Amino acid sequence: QNVSLEVLDHLEHPALVDFRDLEGVEQLQKAIQFADQLHEVNTDGVEPIDSVLEDRWCLYLREDDVTEGNYTKELLENAREKVEEYFVAPPG
Amino acid sequence: LAPWVPVVGLEIHAQISSNSKLFSGSQVQFAAPPNSLVSFFDASLPGTLPVLNRRCVEAAVMTGLALNCSINKKSLFDRKHYFYADLPAGYQITQQRVPIAVNGSLSYSLCIDNKMNQMVTKTVRIKQIQLEQDSGKSLHDDTRSQTLVDLNRAGVGLMEVVMEPDMCCGEEAAAAVRELQLILQTLGSSQAVMAEGQLRVDANISVHHPGEPYGVRTEVKNISSMRFLAKAVDYEIQRQIEELENGGTILNETRAFDSKLGCTVPMRDKEGKQDYRFMPEPNLPPLILYDTKSLPANMNHQQVINIDWIHERLPDLPSVKREKLVEQYGILPEHSFTLLNEDGLAEFFENVVKQTQMKPKKVIGWILQDLLSYLKQHSLSVKESPVSSFLLADLLNLLEKKEISSTAAKQVLAELWKGEGKTPLEIVKERKLQQLQDQKELEQICQAVIDGQENEVIMVVLG
Repeated sequence: QNVSLEVLDHLEHPALVDFRDLEGVEQLQKAIQFADQLHEVNTDGVEPIDSVLEDRWCLYLREDDVTEGNYTKELLENAREKVEEYFVAPPG
Repeated sequence: LAPWVPVVGLEIHAQISSNSKLFSGSQVQFAAPPNSLVSFFDASLPGTLPVLNRRCVEAAVMTGLALNCSINKKSLFDRKHYFYADLPAGYQITQQRVPIAVNGSLSYSLCIDNKMNQMVTKTVRIKQIQLEQDSGKSLHDDTRSQTLVDLNRAGVGLMEVVMEPDMCCGEEAAAAVRELQLILQTLGSSQAVMAEGQLRVDANISVHHPGEPYGVRTEVKNISSMRFLAKAVDYEIQRQIEELENGGTILNETRAFDSKLGCTVPMRDKEGKQDYRFMPEPNLPPLILYDTKSLPANMNHQQVINIDWIHERLPDLPSVKREKLVEQYGILPEHSFTLLNEDGLAEFFENVVKQTQMKPKKVIGWILQDLLSYLKQHSLSVKESPVSSFLLADLLNLLEKKEISSTAAKQVLAELWKGEGKTPLEIVKERKLQQLQDQKELEQICQAVIDGQENEVIMVVLG
């Protein structure tokens, strides 16, 4: 199965990746073929698991206390551009 | 011309009333210095992980129970991917596969033809309620071609309530949202103040001919008040009908409501269908809830949420409160609606009733006509009323004891609004408004009037 141009464009756009040239697209095809091997396993009637830990993976519930904040200075240090205490991003 | 059937569904985002955010310990607060209420997780810095806030789960369970939903004892978290400046992670954690609550219903009431005494009850099905993160806020600076981003709101817990397309117009949509707002405020799960962005509504609208399949729907966003909700929905219905009657087609698009122009306009940035590439949130295991039967024996209480325990502690919902008011005080159903519609009015009414001998059926007139209209005229809330329930009860007692007439009572009330600290009795004495009870004295006054107006008397006697 080949990856159509339409699908390729659709993959590139929301994922912000660039398959660049023909070689890149071929790599993608190979990756898909490799992953398709998963379909060889019959999973009819088998409930998917979220983790190999199954029931032992317990969701920890945190108490509703304020424990963090006031990191404005540290957070803005990483920003390439800032205006007063706002991050700056391109329009739209 | 074949009739059109408008179909309206709603997606309502209610900010959860909690101290800290859904997955982090930063504070939830409206209007704080930009980026001061942001944890490293909220800013999506590498190495941070989500930790679920117990209070947010309880809020969602309460809301689900109040809306007659089935609570899913196992629900899952997913990532919804899209790129936007106020979503630093590039995805939102939500519940797409299995949300926390499903299949509920909400009953609301409408006045037929704006007549308060003809109310009809309608029901809208609740498809589901899911827990999800709020995004940050973007301020668009078009002059400098940039967007300013404040992440204070990023990560705040939301309950998304999805209402099935059972509504047919703006009035129904607004009434349903209003009732939901009252329920949320009663539960305390959300303060649901639209003006502060704690309650946001997106409407899904389409039209079709009876018997035919549903038409293409549009999504209308950017509705910032209850009033605009009704307007936006009705405008969009009209726009779609006109478009179709002129031979046009409806695009499956997202539109924004422009409150200044009173119309919907296509939204930029939403061209083409979005592919959110949903995937399970790998950092969060399933959320397991328990009831009294399934409660595990030796688990830390703090780690267990018992649905039955929450159910037992639900407060009286607005519909129940209204019924109780009608039953206890003998007032009309539409009166109970107005009482609950104004914050604090029901309490005010009950306080007056407690302190006066006047029958509740008579008191309600003073509350709904005199008190409420005054408050509305001066844009005051019940809390801000210059006339307290004590003062009003005092006044009504004078009326009930026939010490003053109804007309005089209204004059005293007008004086009381000034909030000068005078008691009703003081005003009555000042303005000499006491009703004369003495028969002889009244006869004397009447005789004096008749004596002084001989001509008029003759004309009356002659007919």
